Amino acid sequence: MIGALMDDFLIRAALAGLGVALAAAPLGCFVVWRRMAYFGDATAHASILGIALALGFGMSVFAGALVVALAMAMAVSTLSGRGVAMDTLLGVLAHSALAFGLVAVSFLQGVRIDLMGYLFGDILAVSKTDLAVIWGGAVLVVALLAWRWQALLTATLSSDLAQASGIDPRREQLGLTLALAVVVAVAIKVVGVLLIAAMLIIPAAAARPLAGTPERMAAVAVGLAALAALAGVEGSFVLDTPTGPTIVCVAAAIFALTSSVAALRRTVARR
Amino acid sequence: MSLVETRGLTVRIGRNRILDHVDFAIEKGEIVTIVGPNGSGKSTLLRALIGAVAPSEGEVTRAPGLRIGYVPQRLHIDPTLPMTVGRFLSLPRRQSAVDLRMALEAAGLPDLGGRQMGDLSGGQFQRVLLARALMEKPDLLILDEATQGLDQPGSAAFYRRIEEVRQEMGCAVLMVSHELHVVMSASDRVVCLNGHVCCEGQPEHVAQAEEYRALFGSGTQGALALYRHDHDHEHAGCVGGHDHAHDGCGHGHDQEHQYGATR
Repeated sequence: MIGALMDDFLIRAALAGLGVALAAAPLGCFVVWRRMAYFGDATAHASILGIALALGFGMSVFAGALVVALAMAMAVSTLSGRGVAMDTLLGVLAHSALAFGLVAVSFLQGVRIDLMGYLFGDILAVSKTDLAVIWGGAVLVVALLAWRWQALLTATLSSDLAQASGIDPRREQLGLTLALAVVVAVAIKVVGVLLIAAMLIIPAAAARPLAGTPERMAAVAVGLAALAALAGVEGSFVLDTPTGPTIVCVAAAIFALTSSVAALRRTVARR
Repeated sequence: MSLVETRGLTVRIGRNRILDHVDFAIEKGEIVTIVGPNGSGKSTLLRALIGAVAPSEGEVTRAPGLRIGYVPQRLHIDPTLPMTVGRFLSLPRRQSAVDLRMALEAAGLPDLGGRQMGDLSGGQFQRVLLARALMEKPDLLILDEATQGLDQPGSAAFYRRIEEVRQEMGCAVLMVSHELHVVMSASDRVVCLNGHVCCEGQPEHVAQAEEYRALFGSGTQGALALYRHDHDHEHAGCVGGHDHAHDGCGHGHDQEHQYGATR
């Protein structure tokens, strides 16, 4: 029964989208709270370089993307502690990683690769193996976040508060960095390199007006991300549009909705 | 054993030497105040004590299993992070509903558990920071200019609360403050810091030390006058009630010898 269901590409696509939503939304909350939006971008863009290298050396694309994303995330994480002008540096890193990746891909001969598929995702071509990788990565990330939740929150509020309670904020930051690299690697197939950061940030931002505690914000973000993934897959099938961008469009519409409701509520409250 | 002790602690940030061979220790139940001008390394010393700044030279020793309650100078909570007062008190460890209610009542904020941190007044916010630091029943409470931004009655109330806390919980208190007259009178010991330890000892000793006067000059004359008035009063009391007071005076004298040595 389940086997038969999995043979349906739409079901596989929906499950892949849900897996990414499950991991990206709570991690995205930390990305938003810690103002790491560009950080997510740089890591995601760097992964195209990993894809090119993996294809060049005949390795798994997932492994290549994971390794390079991890290297980029670690580099940015280390530099961020040194008081460099971060937004400039991240802008440089994010876009040059993308450019180098694209140039590297063009050197690949003999392999005809679908560049669009990596840039914008190819969720309708998700295989059962891809699904296993996506859900494996998602469960890993969620488990890490659940395990370190209290320490991560404390370190996010203030590294000094964390330190005084015996929590090492650098270790927590490292955990987030690892989780980010994993999410980037598993999300490439679903939304593509260019739009991964959107799956991190938009559901979290959309959940903010609906939440009074960090836990609630993370839970609502997961719900909204899942909704966007399912509606996006369905919508792209009906409208014959690219799936990754469609998912992000739905997420953006949800964000616009929750933000305007919140703004409206504030206006009413002021009267 | 001291709760925290530094030996020859030197901290350099970039090319600047922020702390220079600082020897410092705080004992169980003691209230110590660090005074010093802006940029004298007060906050850096506190951050070195909690382990947030690594020593460039020298060492920091914390008693094994030491629980520190830390009240930062200010805490910016990003507006994207929803955080109720009750949730904040449960960081870094989850607290039971009963403990939360008791903590809120002790802080004088019984009805604010569900309020967003960003909606609190300055004084309420500081009381919540203090309440959170006390949740784990610390051995050592560290306050970094905790009353910055509070008005005079607000900070006076805050310090009264600190004294209550010391009496109830018996924890040591280490404070950094600009409000010398309030803080010094409540302290067992004052450390005057300006990169290095200029002088230290009982409040009256430090208030009269030349090093201290050189640092704080005429700007704090009012504060000193206020303080010395307290001191005179105490002294007169000692002489008056002969037998009983004699012990008290003698004790104070001993302490002065013990801590009075300046470098």
